[in-house]
Amino acid sequence: MFIINCPYCGERDQSEFSCGGEAHIVRPKQPTELSDDEWAEYLFMRKNIKGVQFERWNHIHGCRKWFNMIRDTSNDKIHAVYKMGEKPPVI
Amino acid sequence: MKNKYSIFSLIKNAFSQHQNWKQAWGNPEPKKEYDAVIVGGGGHGLATAYYLAKKHNMKNIAVLEKGWIGGGNTGRNTTIIRSNYLWDASAGLYDHALKLWENLSQELNYNIMFSQRGVMNLAHNLQDVRDLKRRTHANRLNGIDAVWLDTKEVKEFCPIINTSPDIRYPVLGGTLQKRAGTARHDAVAWGYARGADEMGVDIIQNCEVKGIKRNGDQVEGLETTKGFIKTKKIGVVAAGHSSVIANMAGLKLPLESKPLQALVSEPVKPIIDTVVMSNAVHAYVSQSDKGELVIGAGTDAYISYTQRGSHDVVEGTLKAILELYPIFSRMKMLRQWGGIVDICPDASPVISKTNIKGLYFNCGWGTGGFKATPGSGDLFAHTIANDEPHKLNAAFNLNRFISGDLVDEHGAAAVAH
Repeated sequence: MFIINCPYCGERDQSEFSCGGEAHIVRPKQPTELSDDEWAEYLFMRKNIKGVQFERWNHIHGCRKWFNMIRDTSNDKIHAVYKMGEKPPVI
Repeated sequence: MKNKYSIFSLIKNAFSQHQNWKQAWGNPEPKKEYDAVIVGGGGHGLATAYYLAKKHNMKNIAVLEKGWIGGGNTGRNTTIIRSNYLWDASAGLYDHALKLWENLSQELNYNIMFSQRGVMNLAHNLQDVRDLKRRTHANRLNGIDAVWLDTKEVKEFCPIINTSPDIRYPVLGGTLQKRAGTARHDAVAWGYARGADEMGVDIIQNCEVKGIKRNGDQVEGLETTKGFIKTKKIGVVAAGHSSVIANMAGLKLPLESKPLQALVSEPVKPIIDTVVMSNAVHAYVSQSDKGELVIGAGTDAYISYTQRGSHDVVEGTLKAILELYPIFSRMKMLRQWGGIVDICPDASPVISKTNIKGLYFNCGWGTGGFKATPGSGDLFAHTIANDEPHKLNAAFNLNRFISGDLVDEHGAAAVAH
Protein backbone atom coordinates (compact mmCIF):
# COMPACT_ATOMS: atom_id res chain seq x y z
CA MET A 1 0.00 0.00 0.00
CA PHE A 2 1.35 3.40 -0.94
CA ILE A 3 0.42 6.94 -1.94
CA ILE A 4 0.21 7.71 -5.65
CA ASN A 5 0.63 11.20 -7.06
CA CYS A 6 -2.07 11.22 -9.77
CA PRO A 7 -0.93 13.64 -12.52
CA TYR A 8 -4.46 15.09 -12.57
CA CYS A 9 -5.62 14.98 -8.92
CA GLY A 10 -2.49 14.96 -6.78
CA GLU A 11 -1.62 12.60 -3.95
CA ARG A 12 -4.19 9.92 -3.20
CA ASP A 13 -4.26 6.54 -1.50
CA GLN A 14 -3.36 3.57 -3.71
CA SER A 15 -6.72 1.92 -2.97
CA GLU A 16 -8.35 4.59 -5.19
CA PHE A 17 -6.40 3.29 -8.19
CA SER A 18 -6.43 0.17 -10.30
CA CYS A 19 -3.29 -1.21 -11.94
CA GLY A 20 -3.30 -2.01 -15.65
CA GLY A 21 -0.06 -3.97 -15.65
CA GLU A 22 3.07 -3.57 -17.76
CA ALA A 23 3.19 -0.36 -19.81
CA HIS A 24 4.38 0.30 -23.35
CA ILE A 25 3.19 -3.01 -24.81
CA VAL A 26 2.33 -1.89 -28.33
CA ARG A 27 -0.92 -3.15 -29.78
CA PRO A 28 -0.16 -5.02 -33.01
CA LYS A 29 -0.63 -2.79 -36.06
CA GLN A 30 -1.63 -5.68 -38.32
CA PRO A 31 -3.46 -8.21 -36.10
CA THR A 32 -4.33 -10.43 -39.06
CA GLU A 33 -0.64 -10.85 -39.91
CA LEU A 34 0.33 -12.11 -36.45
CA SER A 35 1.53 -15.68 -35.86
CA ASP A 36 0.34 -17.68 -32.83
CA ASP A 37 3.72 -17.09 -31.18
CA GLU A 38 3.40 -13.34 -31.63
CA TRP A 39 -0.15 -13.36 -30.25
CA ALA A 40 1.03 -15.29 -27.18
CA GLU A 41 3.83 -12.78 -26.71
CA TYR A 42 1.42 -9.83 -26.95
CA LEU A 43 -1.39 -11.31 -24.84
CA PHE A 44 0.30 -13.37 -22.16
CA MET A 45 4.07 -13.06 -21.85
CA ARG A 46 5.15 -10.48 -19.29
CA LYS A 47 8.49 -9.23 -18.00
CA ASN A 48 7.19 -9.41 -14.41
CA ILE A 49 10.26 -7.53 -13.26
CA LYS A 50 11.59 -7.55 -9.73
CA GLY A 51 12.95 -4.03 -9.69
CA VAL A 52 12.16 -0.90 -11.66
CA GLN A 53 9.11 -1.44 -13.81
CA PHE A 54 7.04 0.73 -16.17
CA GLU A 55 3.32 0.24 -15.64
CA ARG A 56 -0.14 1.69 -16.35
CA TRP A 57 -2.51 2.86 -13.65
CA ASN A 58 -6.06 4.20 -13.69
CA HIS A 59 -7.45 6.56 -11.03
CA ILE A 60 -10.62 4.46 -11.03
CA HIS A 61 -12.24 6.01 -7.95
CA GLY A 62 -11.16 9.53 -8.89
CA CYS A 63 -10.71 11.22 -12.26
CA ARG A 64 -10.84 7.83 -14.04
CA LYS A 65 -7.88 8.83 -16.23
CA TRP A 66 -5.07 6.48 -17.24
CA PHE A 67 -1.42 7.38 -16.68
CA ASN A 68 1.98 5.70 -16.49
CA MET A 69 4.16 5.09 -13.49
CA ILE A 70 7.73 3.94 -12.85
CA ARG A 71 7.82 1.87 -9.67
CA ASP A 72 10.33 -0.46 -8.03
CA THR A 73 8.42 -3.70 -7.44
CA SER A 74 10.99 -4.92 -4.92
CA ASN A 75 10.13 -2.15 -2.43
CA ASP A 76 7.08 -0.37 -3.93
CA LYS A 77 9.01 2.92 -4.20
CA ILE A 78 7.54 5.16 -6.92
CA HIS A 79 10.18 6.88 -9.07
CA ALA A 80 8.02 8.86 -11.46
CA VAL A 81 4.48 9.41 -12.72
CA TYR A 82 3.80 10.67 -16.25
CA LYS A 83 0.81 11.13 -18.51
CA MET A 84 -0.17 8.80 -21.33
CA GLY A 85 1.61 9.67 -24.54
CA GLU A 86 4.46 11.43 -22.74
CA LYS A 87 8.00 10.15 -22.98
CA PRO A 88 9.06 8.26 -19.83
CA PRO A 89 11.37 10.46 -17.71
CA VAL A 90 14.93 9.26 -17.25
CA ILE A 91 15.45 8.08 -13.67
CA MET B 1 14.91 -46.06 7.72
CA LYS B 2 17.93 -45.00 9.76
CA ASN B 3 16.01 -42.77 12.15
CA LYS B 4 12.42 -44.02 12.11
CA TYR B 5 9.89 -42.08 14.14
CA SER B 6 7.54 -44.24 16.21
CA ILE B 7 6.05 -44.56 19.65
CA PHE B 8 9.13 -46.60 20.61
CA SER B 9 11.63 -43.99 19.45
CA LEU B 10 9.60 -41.41 21.36
CA ILE B 11 9.78 -43.45 24.59
CA LYS B 12 13.48 -44.23 24.07
CA ASN B 13 14.32 -40.55 23.56
CA ALA B 14 12.24 -39.55 26.58
CA PHE B 15 14.88 -41.25 28.77
CA SER B 16 17.50 -38.82 27.45
CA GLN B 17 15.21 -35.79 27.83
CA HIS B 18 14.85 -35.66 24.02
CA GLN B 19 18.42 -34.35 23.73
CA ASN B 20 19.68 -37.06 21.37
CA TRP B 21 17.32 -36.84 18.39
CA LYS B 22 19.34 -36.89 15.18
CA GLN B 23 19.08 -33.96 12.76
CA ALA B 24 16.28 -34.68 10.30
CA TRP B 25 18.35 -33.51 7.32
CA GLY B 26 21.94 -32.47 6.74
CA ASN B 27 23.58 -29.21 5.82
CA PRO B 28 25.97 -30.13 2.98
CA GLU B 29 28.14 -27.88 0.83
CA PRO B 30 27.30 -28.13 -2.88
CA LYS B 31 29.20 -30.64 -5.01
CA LYS B 32 30.78 -29.57 -8.32
CA GLU B 33 28.21 -31.41 -10.41
CA TYR B 34 24.76 -32.96 -10.10
CA ASP B 35 22.52 -35.01 -12.42
CA ALA B 36 19.71 -32.55 -11.68
CA VAL B 37 19.29 -29.42 -9.57
CA ILE B 38 15.97 -28.21 -8.18
CA VAL B 39 15.78 -24.45 -7.63
CA GLY B 40 13.51 -23.68 -4.69
CA GLY B 41 13.29 -25.53 -1.38
CA GLY B 42 9.59 -25.16 -0.71
CA GLY B 43 7.11 -28.01 -0.53
CA HIS B 44 6.90 -28.45 -4.31
CA GLY B 45 10.67 -28.38 -4.80
CA LEU B 46 11.41 -30.80 -1.97
CA ALA B 47 8.61 -33.11 -3.13
CA THR B 48 10.11 -33.03 -6.65
CA ALA B 49 13.50 -34.05 -5.27
CA TYR B 50 11.91 -36.74 -3.11
CA TYR B 51 10.08 -38.38 -6.04
CA LEU B 52 13.09 -38.00 -8.37
CA ALA B 53 15.13 -40.01 -5.87
CA LYS B 54 12.40 -42.45 -4.95
CA LYS B 55 10.61 -43.23 -8.20
CA HIS B 56 13.21 -42.34 -10.81
CA ASN B 57 16.34 -43.41 -8.96
CA MET B 58 18.07 -40.06 -9.44
CA LYS B 59 20.11 -39.79 -6.25
CA ASN B 60 22.84 -37.36 -7.32
CA ILE B 61 20.62 -34.31 -7.10
CA ALA B 62 20.42 -31.11 -5.08
CA VAL B 63 17.77 -28.67 -3.92
CA LEU B 64 18.94 -25.04 -3.76
CA GLU B 65 17.07 -22.69 -1.42
CA LYS B 66 17.97 -19.01 -1.10
CA GLY B 67 16.59 -18.79 2.45
CA TRP B 68 15.58 -21.69 4.64
CA ILE B 69 13.41 -24.58 3.51
CA GLY B 70 9.69 -23.99 3.74
CA GLY B 71 10.26 -20.29 4.53
CA GLY B 72 8.48 -19.03 1.43
CA ASN B 73 4.91 -19.71 0.41
CA THR B 74 4.98 -23.21 1.95
CA GLY B 75 5.04 -21.55 5.36
CA ARG B 76 2.71 -18.70 4.38
CA ASN B 77 -0.39 -20.35 2.95
CA THR B 78 -3.66 -21.18 4.69
CA THR B 79 -3.04 -24.96 4.42
CA ILE B 80 -6.24 -25.81 2.55
CA ILE B 81 -6.35 -28.99 0.49
CA ARG B 82 -9.15 -29.81 -1.98
CA SER B 83 -9.58 -31.10 -5.52
CA ASN B 84 -13.00 -29.78 -6.58
CA TYR B 85 -11.84 -28.12 -9.81
CA LEU B 86 -14.00 -27.81 -12.91
CA TRP B 87 -12.07 -29.15 -15.90
CA ASP B 88 -10.97 -32.75 -16.46
CA ALA B 89 -7.29 -31.80 -16.65
CA SER B 90 -7.42 -29.99 -13.30
CA ALA B 91 -9.51 -32.71 -11.68
CA GLY B 92 -6.85 -35.24 -12.70
CA LEU B 93 -4.03 -33.09 -11.36
CA TYR B 94 -5.53 -32.02 -8.03
CA ASP B 95 -7.16 -35.35 -7.21
CA HIS B 96 -3.86 -37.13 -7.90
CA ALA B 97 -2.41 -34.86 -5.22
CA LEU B 98 -5.30 -35.47 -2.83
CA LYS B 99 -4.83 -39.24 -3.12
CA LEU B 100 -1.13 -38.81 -2.26
CA TRP B 101 -2.04 -36.59 0.72
CA GLU B 102 -4.24 -39.34 2.13
CA ASN B 103 -1.23 -41.60 2.70
CA LEU B 104 1.54 -39.03 3.06
CA SER B 105 2.15 -39.23 6.82
CA GLN B 106 2.74 -42.99 6.48
CA GLU B 107 4.80 -42.63 3.32
CA LEU B 108 7.12 -40.03 4.87
CA ASN B 109 7.02 -41.46 8.42
CA TYR B 110 6.32 -37.87 9.41
CA ASN B 111 3.08 -36.58 10.89
CA ILE B 112 1.86 -33.93 8.47
CA MET B 113 -1.38 -33.62 10.48
CA PHE B 114 -3.59 -34.18 7.43
CA SER B 115 -7.15 -33.58 8.52
CA GLN B 116 -10.02 -34.36 6.15
CA ARG B 117 -12.42 -31.97 7.81
CA GLY B 118 -14.20 -31.01 4.60
CA VAL B 119 -14.17 -27.84 2.54
CA MET B 120 -17.35 -25.91 1.88
CA ASN B 121 -17.63 -23.35 -0.95
CA LEU B 122 -20.53 -20.95 -0.46
CA ALA B 123 -22.81 -19.44 -3.10
CA HIS B 124 -24.01 -15.86 -2.58
CA ASN B 125 -25.89 -15.09 -5.79
CA LEU B 126 -27.78 -16.97 -8.49
CA GLN B 127 -24.79 -17.19 -10.81
CA ASP B 128 -22.75 -18.68 -7.94
CA VAL B 129 -25.48 -21.28 -7.46
CA ARG B 130 -25.45 -22.22 -11.15
CA ASP B 131 -21.64 -22.33 -11.34
CA LEU B 132 -21.19 -24.32 -8.14
CA LYS B 133 -23.88 -26.83 -9.09
CA ARG B 134 -22.23 -27.27 -12.46
CA ARG B 135 -18.87 -27.77 -10.75
CA THR B 136 -20.41 -30.36 -8.40
CA HIS B 137 -21.68 -32.33 -11.39
CA ALA B 138 -18.35 -32.04 -13.19
CA ASN B 139 -16.53 -33.23 -10.05
CA ARG B 140 -18.75 -36.28 -9.69
CA LEU B 141 -18.25 -37.23 -13.35
CA ASN B 142 -14.52 -37.18 -12.60
CA GLY B 143 -14.89 -39.35 -9.52
CA ILE B 144 -14.34 -36.51 -7.06
CA ASP B 145 -16.65 -36.44 -4.06
CA ALA B 146 -18.78 -33.32 -4.08
CA VAL B 147 -22.29 -32.55 -2.90
CA TRP B 148 -24.54 -29.53 -3.17
CA LEU B 149 -25.96 -28.24 0.11
CA ASP B 150 -28.92 -25.90 0.38
CA THR B 151 -28.92 -23.04 2.91
CA LYS B 152 -30.39 -25.18 5.70
CA GLU B 153 -27.80 -27.92 5.16
CA VAL B 154 -24.99 -25.33 5.16
CA LYS B 155 -26.24 -24.09 8.53
CA GLU B 156 -26.39 -27.64 9.86
CA PHE B 157 -22.86 -28.43 8.71
CA CYS B 158 -21.40 -25.20 10.08
CA PRO B 159 -23.81 -23.65 12.63
CA ILE B 160 -21.91 -20.39 13.19
CA ILE B 161 -22.52 -19.14 9.64
CA ASN B 162 -25.05 -16.34 9.44
CA THR B 163 -27.61 -17.67 6.94
CA SER B 164 -30.10 -14.86 7.45
CA PRO B 165 -31.63 -13.72 4.12
CA ASP B 166 -31.18 -10.13 5.28
CA ILE B 167 -27.39 -9.87 4.96
CA ARG B 168 -25.81 -8.08 2.00
CA TYR B 169 -24.72 -11.33 0.30
CA PRO B 170 -26.99 -14.05 1.70
CA VAL B 171 -25.89 -17.69 1.70
CA LEU B 172 -27.90 -19.42 -1.05
CA GLY B 173 -26.22 -22.79 -0.62
CA GLY B 174 -22.80 -24.30 -1.08
CA THR B 175 -20.74 -27.28 -2.16
CA LEU B 176 -19.01 -29.67 0.18
CA GLN B 177 -16.01 -31.88 -0.52
CA LYS B 178 -15.64 -34.14 2.49
CA ARG B 179 -12.26 -35.61 1.53
CA ALA B 180 -10.83 -32.11 1.46
CA GLY B 181 -9.28 -30.48 4.52
CA THR B 182 -6.01 -29.12 5.85
CA ALA B 183 -2.46 -30.22 6.71
CA ARG B 184 0.39 -28.77 8.72
CA HIS B 185 2.27 -26.82 6.03
CA ASP B 186 5.73 -26.72 7.68
CA ALA B 187 5.58 -30.45 8.35
CA VAL B 188 5.08 -31.09 4.64
CA ALA B 189 8.35 -29.33 3.79
CA TRP B 190 10.18 -30.95 6.70
CA GLY B 191 8.82 -34.42 5.95
CA TYR B 192 9.83 -34.27 2.28
CA ALA B 193 13.23 -32.77 3.20
CA ARG B 194 13.91 -35.59 5.64
CA GLY B 195 12.78 -38.23 3.14
CA ALA B 196 14.84 -36.76 0.31
CA ASP B 197 17.93 -36.27 2.50
CA GLU B 198 17.79 -39.90 3.56
CA MET B 199 17.94 -41.01 -0.07
CA GLY B 200 21.05 -38.89 -0.62
CA VAL B 201 19.61 -35.63 -1.94
CA ASP B 202 21.70 -32.57 -0.98
CA ILE B 203 19.48 -29.86 0.51
CA ILE B 204 21.50 -26.66 0.30
CA GLN B 205 20.06 -23.70 2.17
CA ASN B 206 21.17 -20.06 2.00
CA CYS B 207 22.23 -20.62 -1.60
CA GLU B 208 20.72 -18.17 -4.08
CA VAL B 209 20.79 -18.74 -7.82
CA LYS B 210 22.38 -15.77 -9.62
CA GLY B 211 22.54 -17.00 -13.19
CA ILE B 212 21.88 -19.87 -15.56
CA LYS B 213 24.67 -20.90 -17.91
CA ARG B 214 23.62 -22.06 -21.35
CA ASN B 215 25.47 -23.55 -24.25
CA GLY B 216 23.19 -22.78 -27.15
CA ASP B 217 19.91 -24.47 -26.37
CA GLN B 218 21.23 -26.68 -23.56
CA VAL B 219 21.67 -25.66 -19.93
CA GLU B 220 25.13 -26.27 -18.47
CA GLY B 221 24.81 -25.16 -14.89
CA LEU B 222 23.99 -22.53 -12.33
CA GLU B 223 25.84 -19.55 -10.91
CA THR B 224 25.01 -19.42 -7.21
CA THR B 225 26.14 -17.56 -4.10
CA LYS B 226 28.03 -20.77 -3.24
CA GLY B 227 29.82 -20.95 -6.60
CA PHE B 228 29.16 -22.57 -9.96
CA ILE B 229 27.24 -25.87 -10.01
CA LYS B 230 27.39 -27.96 -13.16
CA THR B 231 24.23 -29.80 -14.24
CA LYS B 232 22.36 -30.82 -17.38
CA LYS B 233 18.90 -30.61 -15.80
CA ILE B 234 17.43 -27.70 -13.87
CA GLY B 235 13.94 -27.83 -12.39
CA VAL B 236 12.76 -24.40 -11.29
CA VAL B 237 10.10 -24.30 -8.56
CA ALA B 238 10.58 -20.72 -7.40
CA ALA B 239 6.92 -19.63 -7.00
CA GLY B 240 6.75 -15.80 -6.98
CA HIS B 241 10.32 -15.52 -8.25
CA SER B 242 9.87 -17.83 -11.28
CA SER B 243 10.04 -14.92 -13.73
CA VAL B 244 13.27 -13.72 -12.12
CA ILE B 245 14.91 -17.12 -12.71
CA ALA B 246 13.39 -17.34 -16.20
CA ASN B 247 14.97 -13.98 -17.07
CA MET B 248 18.38 -15.42 -16.20
CA ALA B 249 17.88 -17.98 -18.97
CA GLY B 250 16.52 -15.35 -21.38
CA LEU B 251 13.00 -16.71 -21.11
CA LYS B 252 9.69 -14.88 -20.59
CA LEU B 253 6.80 -16.51 -18.75
CA PRO B 254 3.06 -15.69 -18.74
CA LEU B 255 3.19 -14.75 -15.06
CA GLU B 256 2.52 -11.80 -12.80
CA SER B 257 3.78 -11.87 -9.20
CA LYS B 258 1.57 -10.33 -6.55
CA PRO B 259 1.38 -10.31 -2.75
CA LEU B 260 -1.28 -12.58 -1.26
CA GLN B 261 -2.12 -12.11 2.39
CA ALA B 262 -3.28 -14.25 5.26
CA LEU B 263 -3.82 -13.63 8.94
CA VAL B 264 -4.45 -15.54 12.13
CA SER B 265 -6.42 -14.60 15.22
CA GLU B 266 -5.71 -15.18 18.87
CA PRO B 267 -6.32 -18.86 19.77
CA VAL B 268 -9.80 -19.78 20.99
CA LYS B 269 -11.64 -23.00 21.83
CA PRO B 270 -12.89 -25.14 18.88
CA ILE B 271 -15.62 -23.22 17.07
CA ILE B 272 -15.33 -24.17 13.39
CA ASP B 273 -14.49 -27.77 12.49
CA THR B 274 -14.37 -27.40 8.72
CA VAL B 275 -13.00 -25.01 6.08
CA VAL B 276 -15.46 -22.49 4.65
CA MET B 277 -14.61 -20.52 1.52
CA SER B 278 -16.59 -17.77 -0.17
CA ASN B 279 -15.34 -16.54 -3.52
CA ALA B 280 -18.00 -13.90 -4.08
CA VAL B 281 -17.30 -11.93 -0.91
CA HIS B 282 -13.74 -13.16 -0.57
CA ALA B 283 -13.67 -14.68 2.86
CA TYR B 284 -12.28 -18.00 3.85
CA VAL B 285 -11.64 -19.35 7.27
CA SER B 286 -10.64 -22.47 9.17
CA GLN B 287 -9.29 -23.14 12.65
CA SER B 288 -5.83 -24.48 13.36
CA ASP B 289 -5.16 -27.18 15.95
CA LYS B 290 -3.76 -24.44 18.18
CA GLY B 291 -7.16 -22.72 18.05
CA GLU B 292 -6.28 -19.76 15.86
CA LEU B 293 -8.66 -18.76 13.11
CA VAL B 294 -6.73 -18.98 9.84
CA ILE B 295 -8.07 -16.41 7.40
CA GLY B 296 -7.09 -15.98 3.77
CA ALA B 297 -7.29 -12.53 2.23
CA GLY B 298 -6.89 -11.50 -1.39
CA THR B 299 -4.08 -10.44 -3.68
CA ASP B 300 -3.01 -6.88 -4.33
CA ALA B 301 -3.95 -5.77 -7.82
CA TYR B 302 -0.40 -4.80 -8.80
CA ILE B 303 2.92 -6.60 -9.27
CA SER B 304 5.02 -6.50 -6.15
CA TYR B 305 7.74 -8.63 -4.57
CA THR B 306 7.45 -7.02 -1.13
CA GLN B 307 5.90 -9.94 0.83
CA ARG B 308 3.54 -7.66 2.74
CA GLY B 309 0.39 -6.51 0.88
CA SER B 310 -2.10 -3.69 1.34
CA HIS B 311 -4.25 -3.01 4.37
CA ASP B 312 -7.44 -2.39 2.39
CA VAL B 313 -7.31 -6.00 1.15
CA VAL B 314 -7.33 -7.27 4.73
CA GLU B 315 -10.13 -4.86 5.63
CA GLY B 316 -12.27 -6.12 2.75
CA THR B 317 -11.83 -9.74 3.82
CA LEU B 318 -12.56 -9.04 7.48
CA LYS B 319 -15.73 -7.12 6.58
CA ALA B 320 -17.00 -10.21 4.77
CA ILE B 321 -15.89 -12.52 7.60
CA LEU B 322 -17.80 -10.44 10.14
CA GLU B 323 -20.97 -10.42 8.08
CA LEU B 324 -20.86 -14.19 7.65
CA TYR B 325 -19.70 -14.92 11.22
CA PRO B 326 -20.98 -12.21 13.59
CA ILE B 327 -19.68 -14.37 16.47
CA PHE B 328 -16.09 -13.31 15.54
CA SER B 329 -16.77 -9.59 15.97
CA ARG B 330 -14.64 -9.23 19.12
CA MET B 331 -11.78 -11.50 18.07
CA LYS B 332 -8.31 -10.00 17.92
CA MET B 333 -6.03 -10.70 14.99
CA LEU B 334 -2.53 -11.69 16.07
CA ARG B 335 -0.44 -11.83 12.93
CA GLN B 336 -0.72 -10.85 9.27
CA TRP B 337 1.73 -11.62 6.48
CA GLY B 338 2.10 -11.79 2.73
CA GLY B 339 3.62 -14.21 0.24
CA ILE B 340 4.43 -13.57 -3.41
CA VAL B 341 2.29 -15.68 -5.73
CA ASP B 342 2.90 -16.14 -9.46
CA ILE B 343 -0.38 -15.92 -11.30
CA CYS B 344 -1.07 -17.41 -14.74
CA PRO B 345 -3.67 -15.80 -17.04
CA ASP B 346 -5.88 -18.93 -16.83
CA ALA B 347 -5.46 -19.51 -13.06
CA SER B 348 -3.87 -22.90 -13.75
CA PRO B 349 -0.26 -23.92 -13.13
CA VAL B 350 2.59 -24.66 -15.51
CA ILE B 351 4.47 -27.97 -15.11
CA SER B 352 6.42 -28.01 -18.29
CA LYS B 353 9.50 -28.36 -20.40
CA THR B 354 10.75 -25.19 -22.05
CA ASN B 355 12.37 -24.61 -25.43
CA ILE B 356 15.73 -24.66 -23.64
CA LYS B 357 16.94 -28.24 -23.27
CA GLY B 358 17.27 -29.34 -19.66
CA LEU B 359 15.30 -26.40 -18.26
CA TYR B 360 11.97 -27.23 -16.65
CA PHE B 361 9.47 -24.97 -14.91
CA ASN B 362 6.90 -25.74 -12.24
CA CYS B 363 5.19 -22.41 -11.60
CA GLY B 364 2.03 -20.36 -11.94
CA TRP B 365 0.26 -21.97 -8.98
CA GLY B 366 -0.99 -18.53 -8.08
CA THR B 367 -3.08 -18.44 -4.95
CA GLY B 368 -3.60 -22.19 -4.56
CA GLY B 369 -0.44 -24.26 -4.82
CA PHE B 370 -0.21 -25.84 -1.39
CA LYS B 371 -3.04 -28.33 -2.02
CA ALA B 372 -1.14 -29.77 -4.97
CA THR B 373 2.27 -30.19 -3.30
CA PRO B 374 2.64 -34.02 -3.48
CA GLY B 375 1.05 -34.32 -6.93
CA SER B 376 3.03 -31.40 -8.31
CA GLY B 377 6.30 -32.90 -7.04
CA ASP B 378 5.45 -36.33 -8.41
CA LEU B 379 4.49 -35.08 -11.88
CA PHE B 380 7.36 -32.60 -12.11
CA ALA B 381 9.82 -35.35 -11.15
CA HIS B 382 8.35 -37.50 -13.94
CA THR B 383 8.69 -34.61 -16.42
CA ILE B 384 12.34 -33.98 -15.47
CA ALA B 385 13.37 -37.65 -15.36
CA ASN B 386 11.76 -38.62 -18.68
CA ASP B 387 12.08 -35.27 -20.45
CA GLU B 388 8.39 -35.49 -21.23
CA PRO B 389 5.24 -34.80 -19.22
CA HIS B 390 3.15 -37.39 -17.43
CA LYS B 391 -0.35 -37.65 -18.92
CA LEU B 392 -1.73 -35.85 -15.83
CA ASN B 393 0.34 -32.72 -16.44
CA ALA B 394 0.42 -32.80 -20.26
CA ALA B 395 -2.29 -30.11 -20.41
CA PHE B 396 -0.28 -27.83 -18.13
CA ASN B 397 2.48 -27.05 -20.62
CA LEU B 398 3.79 -23.64 -21.58
CA ASN B 399 2.66 -24.17 -25.14
CA ARG B 400 -0.98 -23.73 -24.20
CA PHE B 401 -0.50 -19.96 -24.25
CA ILE B 402 0.43 -20.23 -27.91
CA SER B 403 -2.13 -22.84 -28.96
CA GLY B 404 -4.92 -21.19 -26.95
CA ASP B 405 -5.78 -24.49 -25.22
CA LEU B 406 -6.06 -22.81 -21.80
CA VAL B 407 -7.34 -24.50 -18.63
CA ASP B 408 -9.54 -21.73 -17.25
CA GLU B 409 -10.00 -22.32 -13.54
CA HIS B 410 -10.86 -18.79 -12.42
CA GLY B 411 -14.14 -20.15 -11.04
CA ALA B 412 -12.52 -22.84 -8.92
CA ALA B 413 -9.58 -20.74 -7.73
CA ALA B 414 -10.68 -19.44 -4.35
CA VAL B 415 -9.07 -16.03 -4.73
CA ALA B 416 -10.45 -13.91 -7.52
CA HIS B 417 -7.69 -12.59 -9.76
